[in-house]
Amino acid sequence: MPVLEVQNLKMYYEIPFRGYVRAVDDISFTLDKGESLGIVGESGCGKSSLAITLMNLLPKNAKVFGGKVLLNGKNIFEMPDEELRREVRWKQISMIFQGAMNALHPIIKVGDQIVEAITLHEDVSKEEAWKRAEDLLEMVGIDRARAHHYPFEFSGGMRQRAMIAMALALNPDVLLADEPTTALDVIVQAQILKLIKDLQKKFGIALVLISHDVSVIAEMSDKVAVMYAGMFQEYGSAEDVFLNPMHPYTKGLLAGVPSVKGKPRRLKSIPGAPPNLLNPPKGCRFHPRCPFAIDKCREELPPLVEVEPGHFVRCHRAEELKGVPWDVGE
Amino acid sequence: MSANDVVVKVNNLKKWFPLKRGIKDILARKPRKYVRAVDGVSFEIKKGEIFSLAGESGCGKTTTGRTILRLIEPTDGEIYFLGKRVDTMERDEIRGFLRKKAQMIFQDPYESLSPRMSIEDIIAEPLEVHGLISSKKEKREIVSKYLEEVGLTPPEEFVFRYPHELSGGQRQRVAIARALVLEPEFIVADEPVSMLDMSIRASILNLMLDLRDKRGISYLFITHDLAVAKYISDKLAIMYLGKIVEMGDAVEVIDNPLHPYTKALIAAIPVPDPRHKIGEIPIKGEVPSAIDVPKGCRFHPRCPYKFEPCDKEEPPLVEVEPGHFVACHLYARR
Repeated sequence: MPVLEVQNLKMYYEIPFRGYVRAVDDISFTLDKGESLGIVGESGCGKSSLAITLMNLLPKNAKVFGGKVLLNGKNIFEMPDEELRREVRWKQISMIFQGAMNALHPIIKVGDQIVEAITLHEDVSKEEAWKRAEDLLEMVGIDRARAHHYPFEFSGGMRQRAMIAMALALNPDVLLADEPTTALDVIVQAQILKLIKDLQKKFGIALVLISHDVSVIAEMSDKVAVMYAGMFQEYGSAEDVFLNPMHPYTKGLLAGVPSVKGKPRRLKSIPGAPPNLLNPPKGCRFHPRCPFAIDKCREELPPLVEVEPGHFVRCHRAEELKGVPWDVGE
Repeated sequence: MSANDVVVKVNNLKKWFPLKRGIKDILARKPRKYVRAVDGVSFEIKKGEIFSLAGESGCGKTTTGRTILRLIEPTDGEIYFLGKRVDTMERDEIRGFLRKKAQMIFQDPYESLSPRMSIEDIIAEPLEVHGLISSKKEKREIVSKYLEEVGLTPPEEFVFRYPHELSGGQRQRVAIARALVLEPEFIVADEPVSMLDMSIRASILNLMLDLRDKRGISYLFITHDLAVAKYISDKLAIMYLGKIVEMGDAVEVIDNPLHPYTKALIAAIPVPDPRHKIGEIPIKGEVPSAIDVPKGCRFHPRCPYKFEPCDKEEPPLVEVEPGHFVACHLYARR
């Protein structure tokens, strides 16, 4: 049984008198123990909305319109709030979010903050919890003695490490990381990514990593989903998606990413801008920006089809465009 | 000034920001402390050249760019622009010369454009400030020309619009058009694509490259992203704690880094290819504060190759291969 199974998930924000913003639309994936899924997309594509939906941490105007999130086989939308709080969040699924290092309470010692997370969920003594907090800090590469320090005495990278320690305090099965290194400098980023990867392998955690940074996704993920306008447009192994992209959006996205490796080549871009999800385009949501669009694309929403084993693409023309490069957007 | 084709020359530029002293420090007669944001930087930028300054946050790259344009007053050193000394220039001449011939593009196109001005007014503002337009018709013509030049076509569709109606990429194009109207010879671009979405970045970088090819504009390109630096720059300088530690041809510096810091920086960058993984990062810790800079080589406390002279003597920036400069004792000894 997969640890996390998402089936046809839909979450829309309600805008009074204007309709719904379809931020998460028909998302499905499965994740096994120890596996990592990277979700890549531009700002406004719905990737962070997907993250909060997976945690069932929705703001008032957000509503789940369908689908299931099965965590160890149980649908989180059918659980009472109390069970979600006590038994699910932190224990089964926990999250490191963007700018998490600023989420620590500024005037409570880092150790005490981890202790609180532990004692809220488990019936352990304060001493025992404190020792575990110190162990956790050590595990993420922070000296035990620093448990007595306040967040402002930590650098950005150390605070992010402390947040990772806290997210792992109750041995979750799934770790959701939403842009975990976006505000960090590149060397610290590399250290944090390595730490997440090591801990994930060590404890067999299933990782969902969300990022706008294609290179970070390539570094970390076994499976990759490319999200655009609320939907997965392409989903498959990292090799499939990066080395044999089949959706025009993926092709365009990868054509515009510079690399420190190899000879510089002329980069390409995708003309236009992502659509407003209050009124997404009819048919394929990418068609207004797609150089390969035909009439069918303007009329009919393509389904996510398994074009090759394990490689899913939401494009009417995926088969005929195999190997055709992105050639616009000079 | 040596060759005629040098547009910008910076010699031992320093910018130290004084720290406030508390009453206790004053009574104890403690010396004033400084943030040594830029601490002795020298380089030159030729006509039509894209010169990148790269490094982690706090390394002094933005301060260097702003100081060259006299948006910040230098503490020490010399700045030459088109053969004229800029660091000692009087206000009137800054206005009449530097503010016309050199422009800046900022990181955040959401903040650098006034939300209350139409696109036309934003782009024409530099012309108005310098009293260079006489009629509305002329204004419309000039603005249209530059809108076309930056790819916002047809221009009639954009002149009456406001920044909030445009996407991030379009706003950055407006900022570039505004920088172009005075026909500058030099543009300082401070992280111009880091706020933009991936699918749009390439188009802005390509626009800047095309403008260089067409108009021979020189750029000082400030970035934390070495992949972007490799793509856009001819020359690249890596800064660490207010100093240039390595400088040379951009592709050469990235493909064949010599300084231990540059090596670590490049090794830490993820690559958009799942077959490639980040290796071991040989350096420890994080960048120290620019207030108490380490003695000797500033990088020595984190350096895996540290040896006897490193904590005593500051290594000079020397040319170890033709056009490739490094400030490291490992190479100075050769």
